[in-house]
Amino acid sequence: MKEKLVVIGAGMASGRLLEHLFEIAPDRFEVTLFNAEPRGNYNRLMLSPVLSGEKTYEQIVTHDDDWYAAHAVDCRFGESIVKIDRSNRIVFSNHGGVPYNKLVIATGSAPFIIPVAGKELPGVVTYRDLEDTNAMIEAGVAGQNAVVIGGGLLGLEAAAGMAARGAKVTVIHLMGHLMERQLDPSAGYLLQRDLEKRGITVHCKGATKAILGKERVEAVLLDDGTIYPADLVCMAVGIRPETRIATDARLEVNRGIVVDDAMRTSDPNIFSLGECVEHDSQLFGLVAPLYDQAKILAKTLLGEEAVFRPVQTATKLKVTGCDLFSAGDFADAPDREDIVFRDPGRGQYKRIVLKDDRIIGVVMYGDTADGNWFYGLMKDQTDVSEMRDTLIFGPAFQGGQKLDPMAAVAALPPEAEICGCNGVCKGKIVDAVLGGATTLDLVRAQTKASSSCGTCTGLVEQVMKATLGDGFVMAKPQGMCKCTDHSHEDVRRLIKAMGLKSIPAVQQELGWTSVGGCYSCRPALNYYLLAEWPLEYKDDRQSRFVNERNHANIQKDGTYSVVPRMWGGVTTPAELRAIADAAEKYNVPMVKVTGGQRIDLLGVRKEDLPQMWADLNEAGLVSGHAYSKGLRTVKTCVGAQFCRFGTQDSTGLGIRLEKLLWGSWTPHKVKLGISGCPRNCAEATCKDVGVICVDSGYQISVAGAAGMELKETEHLASTASEDEAVEIITAFVQLYREHARYLDRPYKWVAKAGLDWVKAQVVDDLENRKALVERFEISQSVYRTDPWAEHAAPDERAKWAPLADLTLEAAE
Amino acid sequence: MTLFIDIGALEDIPVQGARVVKTVEGCVAIFRTSDDRIFALEDRCPHKGGPLSEGIVHGDRVTCPLHNWVFDMNSGEAQGADKGMVRTFAAKVEAGRVFLDAALLKRRSAA
Ligand SMILES: Cc1cc2nc3c(=O)[nH]c(=O)nc-3n(C[C@H](O)[C@H](O)[C@H](O)COP(=O)(O)OP(=O)(O)OC[C@H]3O[C@@H](n4cnc5c(N)ncnc54)[C@H](O)[C@@H]3O)c2cc1C
Ligand code: FES
Repeated sequence: MKEKLVVIGAGMASGRLLEHLFEIAPDRFEVTLFNAEPRGNYNRLMLSPVLSGEKTYEQIVTHDDDWYAAHAVDCRFGESIVKIDRSNRIVFSNHGGVPYNKLVIATGSAPFIIPVAGKELPGVVTYRDLEDTNAMIEAGVAGQNAVVIGGGLLGLEAAAGMAARGAKVTVIHLMGHLMERQLDPSAGYLLQRDLEKRGITVHCKGATKAILGKERVEAVLLDDGTIYPADLVCMAVGIRPETRIATDARLEVNRGIVVDDAMRTSDPNIFSLGECVEHDSQLFGLVAPLYDQAKILAKTLLGEEAVFRPVQTATKLKVTGCDLFSAGDFADAPDREDIVFRDPGRGQYKRIVLKDDRIIGVVMYGDTADGNWFYGLMKDQTDVSEMRDTLIFGPAFQGGQKLDPMAAVAALPPEAEICGCNGVCKGKIVDAVLGGATTLDLVRAQTKASSSCGTCTGLVEQVMKATLGDGFVMAKPQGMCKCTDHSHEDVRRLIKAMGLKSIPAVQQELGWTSVGGCYSCRPALNYYLLAEWPLEYKDDRQSRFVNERNHANIQKDGTYSVVPRMWGGVTTPAELRAIADAAEKYNVPMVKVTGGQRIDLLGVRKEDLPQMWADLNEAGLVSGHAYSKGLRTVKTCVGAQFCRFGTQDSTGLGIRLEKLLWGSWTPHKVKLGISGCPRNCAEATCKDVGVICVDSGYQISVAGAAGMELKETEHLASTASEDEAVEIITAFVQLYREHARYLDRPYKWVAKAGLDWVKAQVVDDLENRKALVERFEISQSVYRTDPWAEHAAPDERAKWAPLADLTLEAAE
Repeated sequence: MTLFIDIGALEDIPVQGARVVKTVEGCVAIFRTSDDRIFALEDRCPHKGGPLSEGIVHGDRVTCPLHNWVFDMNSGEAQGADKGMVRTFAAKVEAGRVFLDAALLKRRSAA
């Protein structure tokens, strides 16, 4: 019979323990897993990227339903254990008891709440789980006032995340500088300055006296009388081990649940690991030692000898754009020496603390690339007297010449630590790679390297590259172009989350490696920015491809083509006359009818464009945007007005849609087709959006293609009301604008996003549909104008001609 | 020594953009970078004749609008796997005015 193993707490420590157990002895235990949170194990460290918008919750789940099912774990999520009956070996939740042979307590820790008046008011949260995170996201999105009490690691990640979401954030910190346990005052100052640049107010030496409010929080009052208004207060002043059930069960508990070297509590059948334990008078607050505990406890449970020995761990702050690294001891003392490097202009600060020619502490701010190297020297207690003079400049200086990062990684010894969270050394990664793990995902799965806080991903890839040589192609889909490692999706998310509002700001903050980007990222960034900030960002013409910059299509001989808009494919004799006149006046070599039901004038010289546009404007014609990643044409058939089969006014609907959507920029071009009956003369079923009118109303389908690829549209919604049809289509276009990768046509985007998701957003969720339409209208308040009219203005025209004509001067 | 001729105001050239000057040697594209440096290149891509003046300017590079060949504007050399050269001409900015190598004007007069 299998042994019954009951685990209390489905957190990061117990999750790792279960992985080890199932790997080594899959059939040994029958596991029941209780968790107070209504979900399984996720990567708690990554709550900060979720808060700031860089990741979603789905992306940080460690064990999903399938995983638990595959290992036959009886999951009791949302069920707290309230009592342990040691004599009968039964644990109790409010739903009843479960017997155990062996019990593991992995309850983690609970945030510390400072005992001030008002601490129970609604709107006061801590920072520990998804619920807290979501509360803070909401405050941010609503642009509310948020006060964070506590300027340590957690508090600052909370503050930066909420600020990125749009909250007005104040951090109140009791001590003289931020993160005083990891940073010295100088580095703390640089950090404070960087946070203030993001609009975060920092109040050091501030003691909270009370939280004010009637129904819910309204403000925070400090000892010195300062009052900060607050719609939300996040308390992040520290944690204490969650030991209540252990204390009640009379296990030995000091500050934490006392365990021996084998992770056994004072009861031989009860074990404990994680932030709830105390080992050798020490508590734990970072995951690295917890993972070691998991390894040890797995062995203990399987009857093997194992001894837990904590190692030192380094700290990194996970706030994009604030790089800091801290390890060891850096308090001043007479027997210690400091080496300090400052570059205030670039916001860099490095400090190494030496004792007896050994490094005992490292603090770095700004440029932390060498952190792991110093940390290695510190852990190994290397004698650094030989390299003292250049030590602060890092490993690049030690060889005399600057090593490229690959060479540096190649030179690391096998025991060099690469992933701090999981304690994975280079040798282990190399072994995994040689054993066939040739992708990052495989290495992650086999070694755990880079699977927790993620800051080591680059290094892991470099080790893989160094091992595989050219055989390893660094994960390609990553960077949106050669200038950055961020993917399109990441960049979009970060533009929003970090409030980046110009191309230089994006390139600066996200670490573009090129000057000024390239022809591939510039148009994409320009689009992402104008889609995100329609009112604040000004379209950058110089970041557009020639056709969009010149509002005409360049031809292979350098001339342009001009296509005026014909709403819904309907025109008038006067318009046709104006077009004919323009064609003659500017010697247009070819006049052609397009597939989108309008007329193309081909072969126009650039300097003639503004005047020609002015002539066309006079007859009421505007740009047809035949050149844009935007709304192109709305093709219609005749419809009920004339056609004997027509069921609805398809032409009228087409004109209405075109007048609504024109001028909008989209990730790629958008073409519509509206057919008056299922005979489908407007070929609506291969367009980006197609409408087929039927007796009962309108059938809307999307995501067709009729180019290099051929694809029929898929049904999105049917409605009896023309107004609703228009609304759904508008919402669809806006959703596409907000989510698609630049240069993905709707059919590609829908394939990635999933039609069901799209439906849920624009068809089923009425409120969301309305919000999408509203955001589209805000953007259109800027872009629903004729660009031709703008450039045809008399004082603009000179810009389209040569700057100078030296052939004339020469002739004079 | 190069003789220069005043061809216009710096502000008439868009930042990260270009304007064309017609010369007896054909069209010359005058580029302005984001840090207000000026480059003068033949306005003709050696690949298929694309007008470089209509390309996207990034740093001291320009990308041809037709097929994305990238050129270093300092040397006129095609970058990456593509092989080719565009002629460059001396140009400079002084007191907000742009000057171009006067040889582009003279040759015809001499002839
Ligand atoms: C926002 C944030 C950022 C962090 N960043 C980092 C970082 O960058 N680097 C780092 O090393 N560490 C970081 N940490 C710390 C790290 O997350 C913790 O050290 C780690 O999660 C602790 O693991 P654990 O298994 O002990 O506890 P937890 O992961 O907290 O799991 C304990 C679980 O037990 C459940 N539980 C408690 N009591 C009961 C009960 N009576 N019955 C049933 N279930 C119960 C809880 O609901 C919880 O789900 C961060 C923490 C947070 C909150
Ligand atoms: S003509 Fe320049 S890249 Fe083709």
